[in-house]
Amino acid sequence: MYFWISGSSTMESCNCIEPQWPADELLMKYQYISDFFIALAYFSIPLELIYFVKKSAVFPYRWVLVQFGAFIVLCGATHLINLWTFNAHTRTVAIVMTTAKVLTAAVSCATALMLVHIIPDLLSVKTRELFLKNKAAQLDREMGIIRTQEETGRHVRMLTHEIRSTLNRHTILKTTLVELGRTLGLEECALWMPTRSGLDLQLSYTLRHQNPVAFTVPIQSPVINQVFSTNRAVKISPTSPVARLRPASGKYMLGEVVAVRVPLLHLNNFQIHDWPELTTKRYALMVLMLPSDSARQWHVHELELVEVVADQVAVALSHAAILEESMRARDLLMEQNVALDLARREAETAVRARNDFLAVMNHEMRTPMHAIIALSSLLQETDLTPEQRLMVETILKSSNLLATLINDVLDLSRLEDGSLELDTATFNLHALFKEVLNLIRPVASVKRLFVTLSISSDLPEFAVGDEKRLMQIILNIIGNAVKFSKEGSVSISATLAKPDSLRDPRAPDFFPLLSENNFFLRVQVKDTGMGISQQDIPKLFTKFAESQSPATRNPGGSGLGLAICKRFVNLMEGNIWIESEGLGKGSTAIFFVKLGFPGRVNGSRIPTHMRVPSKLGQSKFPGLKVLVVDNNGTSRSATKGLLTHLGCDVTTVSSGEECVQVITKDHKVVFLDVSLPGSDSYNVARLVHEKLPKRHERPLTVALTGNTDKGVKDNLMRVGMDGVVVKPVSVDKMRVALCELLDHNNNNKGIHEA
Amino acid sequence: MCLLGFGAVRLRTDMNRLLSLLFHQGVLDEQFLQLQHLQDQTSPNFVSDVVTIYFHESEKLLRNLRTLLLDKEIWDYVKLGIHLNQLMGSSSSIGAKRVRNICAAFRAAVEQNNRPACMRALEVLEHEYCYLKNKLHELFQMEQQRVLGDAVRYPGVVHQQ
Repeated sequence: MYFWISGSSTMESCNCIEPQWPADELLMKYQYISDFFIALAYFSIPLELIYFVKKSAVFPYRWVLVQFGAFIVLCGATHLINLWTFNAHTRTVAIVMTTAKVLTAAVSCATALMLVHIIPDLLSVKTRELFLKNKAAQLDREMGIIRTQEETGRHVRMLTHEIRSTLNRHTILKTTLVELGRTLGLEECALWMPTRSGLDLQLSYTLRHQNPVAFTVPIQSPVINQVFSTNRAVKISPTSPVARLRPASGKYMLGEVVAVRVPLLHLNNFQIHDWPELTTKRYALMVLMLPSDSARQWHVHELELVEVVADQVAVALSHAAILEESMRARDLLMEQNVALDLARREAETAVRARNDFLAVMNHEMRTPMHAIIALSSLLQETDLTPEQRLMVETILKSSNLLATLINDVLDLSRLEDGSLELDTATFNLHALFKEVLNLIRPVASVKRLFVTLSISSDLPEFAVGDEKRLMQIILNIIGNAVKFSKEGSVSISATLAKPDSLRDPRAPDFFPLLSENNFFLRVQVKDTGMGISQQDIPKLFTKFAESQSPATRNPGGSGLGLAICKRFVNLMEGNIWIESEGLGKGSTAIFFVKLGFPGRVNGSRIPTHMRVPSKLGQSKFPGLKVLVVDNNGTSRSATKGLLTHLGCDVTTVSSGEECVQVITKDHKVVFLDVSLPGSDSYNVARLVHEKLPKRHERPLTVALTGNTDKGVKDNLMRVGMDGVVVKPVSVDKMRVALCELLDHNNNNKGIHEA
Repeated sequence: MCLLGFGAVRLRTDMNRLLSLLFHQGVLDEQFLQLQHLQDQTSPNFVSDVVTIYFHESEKLLRNLRTLLLDKEIWDYVKLGIHLNQLMGSSSSIGAKRVRNICAAFRAAVEQNNRPACMRALEVLEHEYCYLKNKLHELFQMEQQRVLGDAVRYPGVVHQQ
């Protein structure tokens, strides 16, 4: 062990360059103090570090800190231990010192090495911080822009909502100006609309001025053209005529002005498939002025807002226009509806009136006719001189014709309802023509007309069809031919139609279908009379239509005749037309009708009594057991007499109960007078059906009613009556009714038995 | 013989004239002719039989009507209607047109509860009925005379009428 002496007084030998320096007390003291303070500092620095790092939440380099702390602590420790080494010290102290120094060395080297890595990082933190700051500033700016845009968008949406929520043009425009003024903080906002002539723009709406004076500005000015030529908002000079709205008030600097066009879309511009093409040249002008003396400038986003608003206004205005249009259309439709309704009601009234008229005339016309016919027949049976007899016969014939005519007028109305059915019976076709000829001959000979008839040999002698109406058709045509010919001839030809000749070039729809059971009769009537002009031909078959030219207008020429003929011909599945080469050149009438071959089954249209021709014209019903139920004595005996006259075996009862008691299966027909009190008749029918439930035992029930309503008839049929006869009953009526009833019944029975 | 023959012819003429008159006046209509048509040798008196029944019934109905109308303060409209319907029905059956039409008018007055009109209608009805009855009686008398005349002329021969 040796003692280290530092600064002590004597030393034997040292290899110092300078002369040895005796230990100075002052210097020692200062060193002592410095070391102490260094140690202190060394110890306090890590403490501070730890303290502040603990305070801060984020410090990534704790390990380094620990190292650094250790380094400093050790340094401090070294310096502290140094304090003991100024004087003589023991070996322990020396060891401690050495240890401390060694450790310090290790740690400080490690730290030095560590710092090599860390210091660049630490330095870069600063740059990163700067970078982040810049970024934050940039984001702030962008945020600002977005916020502004959002504001703008919100304003536009609000504005759009406002102006689209109304369809009133005025409100739209006013709201637009108000909202724009508010959003953009404008001093003045104005809308110029084109005038009707399209040559001027008229100031229509302003923001501040309540009642704008009607300024007009010609459209053809360079500024306005510039604005109209683009859909962007254009900055214009505050001194241009459209912007000179504010009163000259000596402002130093007028605010910037922007103008934008507002397309006025018309209804027609909206195609279903295309977006509206701006083919219209009509624009309105919206002018916006920033406040004066404010040094504000128009920003891009504000201009965009203005453009968007202008578009929205255009759309809203067009919607308003569409609405106006549709309201007008709706009003028009309503008017038309009302008018149509009125017309319909009038038509219905007219139809009703006509039907009522027909219904009345039906009865009223027929009754006197029948009276005339009956009395004339009566007269015929008295003793008359030959001249008187001739006169009476003529009266009778004319009355029959008149009756037929009356029937036909009434038929025509039924024809038009579609409720007419043709009769079907076998008749002599040849004889029919001859009879027509006989009828027409007197008139023709008076007019010195030559009438010829030619019937082809292949035309059957007998045919099946409606004889009466066929005669009517022929008579009408021939009658017309005779009537309208002052001289010359009328030639009639009747032939069996060949398939190829059936096609009329004028009626390509007419496809006559031949079958084994039918044939087509072709009749041609040619006359040398006045002819018909081409323009009148189409109207010939129109009822009551008169020809246009006064020359050909004939007082007897208009009427129903041809119309009825045409309808009958159509019903007979034929065709009729008239040809003429012109006025004064005569005319030719040709018609085809379908008739049946006699003796062959013609299909479903045949009524039942055709199949059993022997029953035709049965005038007596010998031994037919019938029951008459009528509580009116007079009527009962009249009916009994009538039926007795027809050969029936008649039993009479005066009430429904008696009827049910007396009825047996031998009775074939029961006549029920439906004026029996308390709808007895329906009950009676039912009770009769109940008493004799088997179909072949049950008698036929016929209702006798004085009521001519069709509805009553239907009702009676519906409750199970087999037939209805309308009072007053004549012998013929009863005979026909019984015939039909029995034949129908027989055929039904036949079906059952077969 | 000639005188009788002439008489028969004259009777016939007179009958026809009377009938024509009645037709012309609208007292009868063609239903009456229908009835006449039914008269033949199997039922030679058909018309007079039916007409007799008619007179019988009608008189009863008219008496009832008068009773209903005159006796009570309150009229039984339902019964009135029933009687009128009966009368109408019978009159239609024999062709008594005027009587039937008056019944129709009477019925309308009943439906309207028009008392004075009903009274008037009844009076007219009775008047018309009497007229009809008289004329028909006349007609039948002439017919009988004619038949008798014919029988005298050609005794024992069955006639076609």
